[in-house]
Amino acid sequence: MNAKTLSRFAVYAVLLIAAFFFLAPLYVMLATSFKDAEQIRSGNLLSLPTSLNFESWTLAWSTACTGIDCRGLKPYFWNSVMMAVPAVLISTGWGAINGYVLSMWKFKGSDLLFGFILFGVFMPFQVVLLPMSQVLGFLGLSSSIGGLVLVHCLAGMAGTTLFFRNYYTAIPRELVNAARMDGAGFWRIFYRIVIPMSTPILMVTLIWQFTNIWNDFLFGVAFSGADRKPITVGLNNMANTTSSVKSYNVDMAAAIIAGLPTMLVYVLAGQYFVKGLTAGAVKG
Amino acid sequence: MAASLQIAGIRKVYGKGDKSVEVLKKIEIDVAPGEFLILVGPSGCGKSTLLNIIAGLEDPTEGELRIAGKNVIGVAPAQRDIAMVFQSYALYPTMSVADNIGFALEMRKVPLEVRNKRIHEVAAMLQIEHLLDRRPAQLSGGQRQRVAMGRALARDPQLFLFDEPLSNLDAKLRVEMRAEIKRLHQVSGITSVYVTHDQIEAMTLGSRIAVMKDGILQQIGTPDDIYRRPANTYVAGFIGSPTMNFITGSASGTGATGQFSFEGGALQLPCPAVGKVTLGQRPEHIHIEAQATWRGEVTLVEPTGADTYVVVKTGSGLITVRTPPSTTVKVGENIGLSVSSQHNNWFDAQTGLRLA
Repeated sequence: MNAKTLSRFAVYAVLLIAAFFFLAPLYVMLATSFKDAEQIRSGNLLSLPTSLNFESWTLAWSTACTGIDCRGLKPYFWNSVMMAVPAVLISTGWGAINGYVLSMWKFKGSDLLFGFILFGVFMPFQVVLLPMSQVLGFLGLSSSIGGLVLVHCLAGMAGTTLFFRNYYTAIPRELVNAARMDGAGFWRIFYRIVIPMSTPILMVTLIWQFTNIWNDFLFGVAFSGADRKPITVGLNNMANTTSSVKSYNVDMAAAIIAGLPTMLVYVLAGQYFVKGLTAGAVKG
Repeated sequence: MAASLQIAGIRKVYGKGDKSVEVLKKIEIDVAPGEFLILVGPSGCGKSTLLNIIAGLEDPTEGELRIAGKNVIGVAPAQRDIAMVFQSYALYPTMSVADNIGFALEMRKVPLEVRNKRIHEVAAMLQIEHLLDRRPAQLSGGQRQRVAMGRALARDPQLFLFDEPLSNLDAKLRVEMRAEIKRLHQVSGITSVYVTHDQIEAMTLGSRIAVMKDGILQQIGTPDDIYRRPANTYVAGFIGSPTMNFITGSASGTGATGQFSFEGGALQLPCPAVGKVTLGQRPEHIHIEAQATWRGEVTLVEPTGADTYVVVKTGSGLITVRTPPSTTVKVGENIGLSVSSQHNNWFDAQTGLRLA
């Protein structure tokens, strides 16, 4: 065995160990979710389930109890969908328009404004919890899905603006000038020329925003009303308020259900994610 | 329909106060309908800024711009009825060639049928009909250039602007497209302004050439004018390749007996002024003459095929001489040089301005 194959071997070994390390929790969750209570108590954490038992999945989805509420995760899941879909679309569209203006229609002070918007990317959201709840109160949006959508749009806008602005600075100015001379206006240039060129960064932003908003716990726990809680909060409550015996299999199934949509989005659009990230990073 | 273009006292200043830079200093140019005006100069001379101001992509600090007699300062680019060919072509990457050519017509709400007819007319004119369904990324450089031209031609504008359109092409294609642009201008007769830093493009394409430097218009005239009677040493040196030879010395008389003496030689030449002057001589107007008193040593022989350029080291610096390819001079040889009394360009040695 020469040095080259040896180093190859070492590289693969390290990669395999890393892969095992990251996949182990997923395996434990999946395996546990298919076991029954007896198996969990007697068996090893890493052992395979003896039979495929879907009961904990149906329990987690529709009948598991949080305190006296026994509707499972289903209502929270749909709350999350109703919150995440509009919030993702609005914050992405908003970021695209901001980025378009800040890169191609610069005005006096636009770079300064962009600097301020950048602050939003690094701002810890805990800081805005109290003022935000006041604002939501003024607007009559407290404890509603609409309120959560607004909060996520505002919180995500800084990041999405940054993504689009950096991507659009790489688009040559001459393209916009050519369109202006051809007779296209601000919006026409945006949706006929700029948006069709934005597929990679659109994908990045959509994935990014969906993951952030779907997985958000802080805003969900702070601003949602009793029956408007997103799935992260529902999962937490369900797992933490079991009365007698902890049913790990149900908790695991519930956690996987909560994480499934983000995984799905990665699988479907993940190829664009890497492409878009590098495109924005290298040229921005 | 060809329109006139008047550039009247255009100034452009960037920045404010001490840090301000004046990139255009009171430019005055009148372009007659149907003319092909070339703006030529080194990079940073302000020629592209001037073109952008004509296009309406930038506003001048001062001055007026009239297209067909109407002042268009403050008018949006789209309303000026101008088409522009950009250096990078600026083709819309997500649209087909046909959509690229038809975009301006679509923006002007031209009905689909008329639009398609026009697209095919233009494509036929440029021989790109077989490419209409392709995307710009699938085209070669020369094809992209043609599409960019087609986009400008499609809507029959009052004015054509070209911003160094050939600088991204290889040498052979550049010559080809240069001829193509000239042909299209002759066919369409649309007033055109063409920016370039390439003096051969300027000479071959332009009906008039405006030479610019540091935001100042140095000279404007026909290619022949600019070549034969350059207004100053800058223009004289910029236009023509290889560049004009300059010899600084002193002239003793203006009459037929005038003597122009300089380091390393003297010539029997009538000069329009007495005192310190610079003589400008193009390589083709200096001859090798065995018996001449003005002598130098050959340092370089450059055959180009049609001509051979001989660089001679004289007391007044290096002198380039154009000779027929049959020349037999060798490097290191000591040869004599002469000039005829015609084709002499005399400049003031201090100001560089042309004397008479």
